[in-house]
Amino acid sequence: MSDAVLVSTRVNGDVVEFACPTDEVLMDSLRDRAGMTGVKEGCGTGDCGACSVTLDGQLVCSCLVLGVEANGREIGTVEGLSVNGQLHPLQKNFIEHAALQCGICTPGFLVAAKALLDNNPKPTETEIRYALAGNLCRCTGYDKIVKAVQATAKDLRKSKKR
Amino acid sequence: MRYESPATTKEAVALLAKEKGPAFVLAGGTDLLVKMKTGLVEPALVVDIKRIPDMNTIKATASGFRIGAGVSGAQLGAHKALGKAWPGVVEAANLIGSDQIQGRCTMVGNLCNASPAADSVPALVAAGAKAIVVGKGKRRTVPVEKIVTGPGKTSLKKGEVIEAITLPKPAKRTGDAYLRFTPRTEMDIAVVGVSISMTLERGVVKKARVCLGAVAPTAILVPAGARALVGSKLDDAALDKLAAACSKACNPIDDKRGTAAYRIRVAGVLAKRAAKLAYQRAGGAA
Repeated sequence: MSDAVLVSTRVNGDVVEFACPTDEVLMDSLRDRAGMTGVKEGCGTGDCGACSVTLDGQLVCSCLVLGVEANGREIGTVEGLSVNGQLHPLQKNFIEHAALQCGICTPGFLVAAKALLDNNPKPTETEIRYALAGNLCRCTGYDKIVKAVQATAKDLRKSKKR
Repeated sequence: MRYESPATTKEAVALLAKEKGPAFVLAGGTDLLVKMKTGLVEPALVVDIKRIPDMNTIKATASGFRIGAGVSGAQLGAHKALGKAWPGVVEAANLIGSDQIQGRCTMVGNLCNASPAADSVPALVAAGAKAIVVGKGKRRTVPVEKIVTGPGKTSLKKGEVIEAITLPKPAKRTGDAYLRFTPRTEMDIAVVGVSISMTLERGVVKKARVCLGAVAPTAILVPAGARALVGSKLDDAALDKLAAACSKACNPIDDKRGTAAYRIRVAGVLAKRAAKLAYQRAGGAA
C-alpha cells in the first residue's frame, strides 16, 4: 500500500480535491478521481502524447507527472477546450478536415495544438510538425491534422482582427 | 512510497540522507517516472525539488549563469541571455524529447540519469560547466565531467544533490555548438553527439574544448581534438586532425542505434561540422 496525500488543484478552472496515492500518475488521477476521461493512456512513458495536459499553462505528458505534484497547480485538459457547449475552433477544424479516425490520440493533439497556437499564432507547417512530434497517430498519416491546425490558426487570426 | 516537496535544499538533503530505503530526487520526472512504471526502481522516498526556489531559477551573475536543478528545457529555451551566451548548451538541452518533455525535463536530471547518450552533458562539459553539489553540512563545486562515472552511475554520495549548474561568462569571441546524429529529426536518441566550444583571437583558435557523447560509457573530453584546433584558423588540416582525434577517442558499443564502427566514423564527421558552427558563432569567417 502506498501513502495517500490530499491534493487540492484546479482542473479547467474548477477546484478539485482528492486523496491521491503518492505513486499515482496525474493521468490516472485525472481520469479516475476527477472524471476527465478525455485524458488517454497510450504508452504511459511519455512517447505518444495521448495524455497531454497543461500544468500551470505548460504542456506536459500527464503520465510523467505524479498526481501529488498537482497540489496547488492549475491543470487544463481537452474537456476545457469547448465553452458553453461550443466547440473550440481546433475541434471544429479537426472534424471539418477529418483529422481523426479512431480518436484516441485526438484529445492529446488538441491540447498540444492549442498550446502551440497560444504561443505562436502563425506557425509554419514545419513548426506545426515539430510542435506535434510528441503526439503519435496511427490512423491519419498526420497531414490532415497539420491542415486542421493551419486552418485553425487562420480562423483565430481572422476572428482577432474583427 | 513517501512523497516530500521541501522548500529548501537543506531540507531535501536531510530527507535523502535520513532515508534507509531507496530514495530518489524528482526533478522533471521524465526518467524517474518511466523507471517507476517499468519496475526498474521502487522508491521508498521521492523528494520533489521543484518547490525549492533556488532550484527553479536561472540567474545571470557577474561570473556567468546559475541554472537551478529543477529548471526545465522550456525555461532554458525562453532565456534569451543564456541562449546568446551558450547557444550550444541550450540547443542540446532543447533537443531532448518533445515539447511535452521539454516542459518538464532538466539538465541536472539528464546528467544524473547518467545515460551515455545524454544530449546536454557533452554541451555542458564543452562549455566548462560546474555542478554545485550539496550534502549534509557541506557543499562542493565539481566539474560536470566528474559527475557521471558510468552508465546509470554518478559520483554523488548518499544524501548529496546537485542544486544547480554554473556556466562561466563566455570570453569575448567565444562560440559553442552541439550536434547529434539521429536517424529521425525529432524524438530520437543520439547515435553520436559532439559539442565544441572555442575562443578566437584575430580568427585564430586560442582555446577549445571538445566533448563526445554516445560513443563511450560516459561523455568524454577529447584534449587531442582541442589541441588540433588551437592555433589554427580552422583550415582543412586542423579539421582532419580533429576528426581523427575524435574517432580515436571513441570507445563505443554496437547497439540497435548504430554499430561501433559507424559511431567511430560519424564522430569525426560530426566534430568537423560542430567545429565550423562554433567557429562561426565565435565570429570567425565561415
